[in-house]
Amino acid sequence: MADADEPEKKRRRVVELTEKMVVDGGDGHNCEWEGRWNHVKKFLERSGPFTHPDFEPSTESLQFMLDTCKILVIGAGGLGCELLKDLALSGFHNIHVVDMDTIDVSNLNRQFLFRGKDVGRPKADVAADFINSRIPGCCVIPHFKKIQDLDETFYRQFHIIVCGLDSVVARRWMNGMLLSLLVYDDGVLDPGSIIPLIDGGTEGFKGNARVILPGMTACIDCTLELYPPQVNFPMCTIASMPRLPEHCIEYARMLLWPKEKPFGDGVVLDGDDPEHIQWVYQRSLERAAEFNITGVTYRLTQGVVKRIIPAVASTNAVIAAACATEVFKIASSAFIPLNNYMVFNDVDGLYTYTFEAERKENCSACSQVPLDMHFSPTSKLQEVLDYLTESASLQMKSPAITATVEGKNKTLYLQSVASIEQRTRPNLSKTLKELGLADRQELAVADVTTPQTMLFRLCFTS
Amino acid sequence: MAATKASKEQKYDRQLRLWGDHGQETLENAHVCLINATATGTEILKNLVLPGTQIFFLSNNSIGKIRAQAATELLQELNSDVSGNFVEESPDKLLDNDPEFFHRFTIVIGVQLPESTCLRLGSVLWSAAVPFLVCKTYGLIGYMRLVVQEHTVIESHPDNALEDLRLDQPFAEFKNHIQSYDLDSMDKKDHSHTPWIIVVAKYLEKWLSEHNGQPPKNYNEKEAFRQCIREGILKNENGVPEDEENFEEAIKNVNTALNPTKVPSAVEDLFNSVQCNDITSQTLSFWVMLRAVKEFVLNEGNGSLPVRGTIPDMIADSQKFINLQNVYRQKAMQDAATVSKHVECLLQSFGKPPESISEKDIKLFCKNASFLRVVRCRSLAEEYSVDSVNKDEITSCMDNPDSEMVFYLMLRAVDRFYQQHSRYPGVYNYQVEDDINKLKLCVNNLLQEYSLNVNIKDDYIHEFCRYGAAEPHTVAAFLGGSAAQEAIKIISHQFVPFSNTFIYNAMSQTSATLQL
Repeated sequence: MADADEPEKKRRRVVELTEKMVVDGGDGHNCEWEGRWNHVKKFLERSGPFTHPDFEPSTESLQFMLDTCKILVIGAGGLGCELLKDLALSGFHNIHVVDMDTIDVSNLNRQFLFRGKDVGRPKADVAADFINSRIPGCCVIPHFKKIQDLDETFYRQFHIIVCGLDSVVARRWMNGMLLSLLVYDDGVLDPGSIIPLIDGGTEGFKGNARVILPGMTACIDCTLELYPPQVNFPMCTIASMPRLPEHCIEYARMLLWPKEKPFGDGVVLDGDDPEHIQWVYQRSLERAAEFNITGVTYRLTQGVVKRIIPAVASTNAVIAAACATEVFKIASSAFIPLNNYMVFNDVDGLYTYTFEAERKENCSACSQVPLDMHFSPTSKLQEVLDYLTESASLQMKSPAITATVEGKNKTLYLQSVASIEQRTRPNLSKTLKELGLADRQELAVADVTTPQTMLFRLCFTS
Repeated sequence: MAATKASKEQKYDRQLRLWGDHGQETLENAHVCLINATATGTEILKNLVLPGTQIFFLSNNSIGKIRAQAATELLQELNSDVSGNFVEESPDKLLDNDPEFFHRFTIVIGVQLPESTCLRLGSVLWSAAVPFLVCKTYGLIGYMRLVVQEHTVIESHPDNALEDLRLDQPFAEFKNHIQSYDLDSMDKKDHSHTPWIIVVAKYLEKWLSEHNGQPPKNYNEKEAFRQCIREGILKNENGVPEDEENFEEAIKNVNTALNPTKVPSAVEDLFNSVQCNDITSQTLSFWVMLRAVKEFVLNEGNGSLPVRGTIPDMIADSQKFINLQNVYRQKAMQDAATVSKHVECLLQSFGKPPESISEKDIKLFCKNASFLRVVRCRSLAEEYSVDSVNKDEITSCMDNPDSEMVFYLMLRAVDRFYQQHSRYPGVYNYQVEDDINKLKLCVNNLLQEYSLNVNIKDDYIHEFCRYGAAEPHTVAAFLGGSAAQEAIKIISHQFVPFSNTFIYNAMSQTSATLQL
């Protein structure tokens, strides 16, 4: 059954059959096929007691959703695939999707827009192809890029943005981008400049969905404490006092690999290369044997090296569905949107908890006032750096600090460019006074967690 | 084309980390029957097929055949390891002609079924002890009802399990191990790398000898106890306390460490249940093992469950940690072996060979002894009968007229509407206004029949007419994910299923679990 025509024939047959999957009931006129949008129209064309105060029943809302409303989906993975499908089937036919990854075989247990033959191809491209070819009328435009590769002109075109990301850093960047698009007239926020951000996240059997109206409701950074920093094992444990199989694996990954360069100079450990993992596995076993530690397995090795988070189709389906429902509500005003955070956990029965996350007055992202930081003039710059990376409310990754000293813009420390890092490294052990900084002066900090530079005000303590 | 074992492991890697290879096997060997390939049905199917569950499709009517066929083809594309089958036969016909058709299934999932079909199917499945999951998407409301007589869970994987450290009643080998330490004579390196469990044990011994054998009980005593430990931190030559993270860990853990070891009440209840005490040759191995554990608790265990055998990671040098861990591990093995003997006795007493229950299973059971769960749901017949309706649950929830219970009552009311009018309310625009009154009559009729003294706001009646029995995709997808995972729990016997009614409100993004 392996002739080249088979898949195409099958695909055409599937599209034919899909078109016949009509929802019962019918009020059909002017849809692509009879009754296609009946379920949606009931919420757009009928008044009701629970609609948003702004809602007005209209036959035009459907056309708006189909023709005009532009949605951006960030991520085409576990959540992204589900989001694209849910949005397309709900009547959103102008969608863009951004994802910088390619497809891996371990994605196939849940990222259902992909097949075995797609492994290695960009997720955004394959996802868009799938939806475009199976859902008549829907147009998904893919972007095989990092979110940071796109600029405000790009983001500004969307009515609503939905995120299905797996990284807090990326979320914060997106959050910062939408905050930077806000327009204030005489200190008053122009509502037309607000692009609602719907954010979903999952991990195993847990997930959450939230609605963010930038400038109005709690943003990602307002609730940064809800995303506790990832705990890494202490170096001394890994180097000299392993107790768990994970410690042995980290030893092989962090200490042995750089020392022994098993696959050549400058070859970085690739978690997706089975040969690399096999090497780490063997060395971990040896380490474990030395200390009588049991439990090192290939699966555990992979899990530790790649920081794997277990994942299953059902949780992604649930959270994406909740997010897509919010997109529909906001686009149509058919109902009042979630206000503003829902958590889900189905380990024991099904548990949801819905609450209103509050804005933080001094939020590092959305509060618009420079944040004060208090240091003694004899503190070293290193202490400032530590504060920026370790503070629970900032959690920066590799902040670059600049300041105006004696009228000139001076880079105090920058990590991401090797030559500048070398040049500015001595500043870390100098005191703030030695660096020529004055009380109440502004420091500008740039970091991957935010698209815009953050301003801090340095307040000297005695 | 059948996938090789290695490629299946790769594909399923992310979920194997949740339910293990043994859990995966149950999915691949299951026989799941899904009735009705609506939006909700196909979503459930997708979320079962993707992880590798074997599915059997039943369609409800002629439009359904096309759906079922399309769905089956689509789904086989989704996962080539799964062979979907479909049958074009309505469940009502099968119930008429061949109800035993349903006996072969691991679980039956009924989607968007009319009330009459549900009740008939429910009755057949209840007698055959086949779990039944009822799912319905109605407008912005999702509904699930689990019907299972008795579902046992050994591996419930609780989120926040308390450790089993036995500090309040150290077993002999643990006592000996504690004796082998002399904190006062240790050098700094050893002192700072002694596991906090040992530190607490040592200071507890001292406390007990000074307090008539009474452990610290209230806040003040625990504070004093923490202070004792704090004073044990080594000081340098200037009298300044050293940095001893293990002692800080000990102080932090005093509260939970002093928790008395006892059999959780949920497990006590299981010990007292009929199934545990009336063992026959027909009894499932879960109950045989439970009975054996009960015997252990009453005898060798001195009132405690078999030792779990795991300890959390803690600051310590490798050798001290591993040695301590081994003390617990070995005791756990010993206790499991003792439980095994009890299992053997029980099996022998009704003529079954001891190999009927494997050592591996007994070990797993003992390790999870604190977390065992049994879920029992009432039958649909009991829920629907005027004599046994759960009036208390309904009226107490409805003290808040906006509680999710109102949606349950509305779903019952629209079922009534369907029975009377052979259609659902408000399907066509012109019907909406008139149907509100008709639906209100059904609501009142329902409340009267069950003597439910509750008030249902007109807004909800209006809203349910507005819904027009729509099955919006995002609500179907939410329910699809939820239902699939509950089915997986039933099939794998891992994690705990809900009991027994789940309502999801997409308007407010809230949910509730009700006992009906």
